[in-house]
Order: sequence, then C-alpha cells, then structure tokens
Amino acid sequence: MSSLNPLSQLLEAALFAANRPLTLDELENLEPDAPAGEVRTALDQLREHYDFDGHAVEIVELAGGYQILTRATFAAAVERAQAMQRQPRLSPATLESLATIAYRQPVGRAEIEEIRGVNSGGVLRTLQERGLIEVVGRSEGLGRPLLYGTTPLFLETLGLNDLVDLPRSEELTIALQPHRVEPDVGDDSALASVEEA
Amino acid sequence: MTSATPARTSELIESGGFVVALDGFTGPLDLLLHLVREERIDIADIPVARIADQFLAAVHALGLNQAADYLEMAGRLIRLKVQLLLPRHGDDEDWVDPRAELVRRLLEYQQIKEIAREFARLAERRSQRHGRGYLPPPPDLPPLPLSIDLLELLLAVERVVTAIPSPVLHRVITRPLDVDGAVRRIEALLAEHEEFDWRRLLGNRPSIVDVLSALLALLELARRGICRVRQATPFDSLVVARELAESALATA
Repeated sequence: MSSLNPLSQLLEAALFAANRPLTLDELENLEPDAPAGEVRTALDQLREHYDFDGHAVEIVELAGGYQILTRATFAAAVERAQAMQRQPRLSPATLESLATIAYRQPVGRAEIEEIRGVNSGGVLRTLQERGLIEVVGRSEGLGRPLLYGTTPLFLETLGLNDLVDLPRSEELTIALQPHRVEPDVGDDSALASVEEA
Repeated sequence: MTSATPARTSELIESGGFVVALDGFTGPLDLLLHLVREERIDIADIPVARIADQFLAAVHALGLNQAADYLEMAGRLIRLKVQLLLPRHGDDEDWVDPRAELVRRLLEYQQIKEIAREFARLAERRSQRHGRGYLPPPPDLPPLPLSIDLLELLLAVERVVTAIPSPVLHRVITRPLDVDGAVRRIEALLAEHEEFDWRRLLGNRPSIVDVLSALLALLELARRGICRVRQATPFDSLVVARELAESALATA
C-alpha cells in the first residue's frame, strides 16, 4: 500500500472534513509555500491512492471543485445506515424546463414555454425552490421579463464540473440555437396567405 | 412521459383507459411527438390531416380539453390542415411548406426531451454517491401549542425590561500616566549618554499621555538631583544631562 506524502495528507484532511466541493484555490491556500502545480499533483496522488488501494470513497470533480464522495456501489448501504430519504426525483416536465434553461441561459419564461409548447410557471417555481435555477437578470425586451440561469447546485446535482461538460452532441444543433427574436413570423405570414386566398 | 404510455393511444381511446395516461404527457408537443412516433411517420413529412384528427381525438379522450395549451396546438393543426388543402397559386418556387415551423418546433422539442432524459440519468448517477455531513431532512413536527398565563407574561416582560441597560450620559476616564516607565527610560538613556535631546524619550508618534509622562518624570528626576535639564534659548529643545557626580553623591 502506498503511503501519502504530507501535502496529500493535508488535502485529504481538508476534503474529508468538508461537506461541499473545495476549489483548487481553497486547497492551494492551505499550503501557500507549495510550488505551483504541486497541489494538483498531490491531489492526483490522493485520487490514485483511493482508486487503486481499495477505498470506498473517491475524489470527484464537482461544480468547479473537489469533493470526497462514497462510491456508487455503496449507495444502498450508506442510505440504510443513515436512514436517509432521497430527494424526490425531478418530473419529466421539470427536467425539460431545466434542460432548456441549461442550454439557452440566460433565458426568459416565454422562450421556455415557446420551446415546450406549454405553460411552465409552476415548473420554474419548483426549480427555483430546489435551488437549481435562479434569476440572473432581466431582458431588455417588452415588460423586461426575468431571465433564468442554472446555479452551482445544478452542477452538483448532475455531477458535472462545469457547464461546458453538459452533454453536447452534433444532434443537438437545433436545441443549442440561440434565441429567435420573432418566433411567430413564419406562422403569421402563412396565415396572411390563407386570408388572401 | 411517453414511456409511461406503452399502449397505443388509439387503443386507449377505444378502451376508455385514458385515466392512466392523463398526466403522461408534459404538453401538446409531447403528445404530438408521441402520435408521430407511434404512426412511424417521418417528422419532416407529417400527414397533417391525419395527425390533426388523431390529436383532437386524443385531447378529447385524455380529458385534456381543459388545457389551453392543448387547444392552442389543436388550433394550429387545424389551420395547417386547411392551408394544405388550399390549392397552390403562383410560382411553386415561392411556396414554403406551411409545416416547416411545426417540424422545426417538434425537432427542437425532441432534442430537449433527449437532454432531459440524459439529465435524469446524470442526476441518478450522482445521487448514488454521497458526500460527508449529509443530514436527512428534518421530520415535519407540528408547532408547539402556545399556552401562557398572565403571571408568566408579566415575568417575561420584567426580564426583558431589566435587561435593557440604562443610558450612559457621560463617563470620566482617568488618563493612565506612566511616570514610572518614563523614569526607567530616562535612567537607561542617562546610563549610556552624558546628555541627550529630551525628544528621544518619546516614540515615533507619542500620544499626549506619553509627553506628559515624560515631562513629569524629567521634573521628578531633576528634583531628586539625578539629572539636569538645560535649554539653550527659549523654545529650544530641552537637553537632559547627567547631574555631576559629587552632587549626586551629596544627595545620596
């Protein structure tokens, strides 16, 4: 079994005691004298230590930081031991709105409803209550509607490190298109031609 | 969610088993996409007339006809159906498929749905790994019933009132003059130097208390005949000098 160097041990102590992801900045502040890059190397050593020496926890990059998490294999055991209640899963409607916001942020309610074709007020409230989205500003448009964006908790909930890690494939080209200014233009001109006829 | 409605919608309608499927769709686009998929139709080439009829039938059968969003979509479909029935006039090159907007929206929605499913997978995978310090949500306890009698209330008021401090109008502060300390500093300087400028007794930024302490100490030592204080001209700086040995011996 490999033994950890003092810096790796220091990081292990800090990460073990934390109940949220710690950023690289926070970790580097623990040992200001350490040369640049040393902390990252020590972190890699700690990660390998957990991965190859048979540990039930792992170092996970999460929401822009690092956190020690138990491995998925032990999910049931951990939940039983702590009599834990899982957060209720997000409904399909909630996930659709969340997906729209994640890719189009900052985005207003009207655009979300345009894409989903359905009233989304209640769903947005749920997402806000669960801390997954927040108001990030106001549009310059008529009535200056609120614009929504995702929170760090959103990244944590999905186990992502950064928004650039969102699943992106070539097939998503339409969903990734920026906001259309006048989505109904095509429809109206079509209607006009009907009236002419 | 369409996966929750395995039976074909048309069968559901015939069997009247729509109650299960009532909440199965997240919106009109979801229902429409379901119909398109179920009929194995190319999204880019939707037979609008047939799909519009099926959509209307499903909306009625699923009991969704109260939802404005579904009725709005039904309206769009009927309008499309009419547009497609009209004879085309003018150049064919100018003709734009009136279904284009609907197709674009359906494709866009389909992608959002795929992302939503991916999000569910990611969240599920994340939820199986636990960090430290996780606390289960506290159980919902009913608030304690409030019961109180007059005496308790008055006692509580008195406790609060006595805790309020009476206002301070003025306070006299005695300045802590440190004459003894200044005496020690002067003696130390005199041991090293024959004479010195009195300002050396003061630090870099002396307070009024430091200055007064130093002056009082000087006067005291001069009175005891340990040092002599000299001033060359008026307002010149004071020079502190050792008292001659014989007079010091005389006083001793």
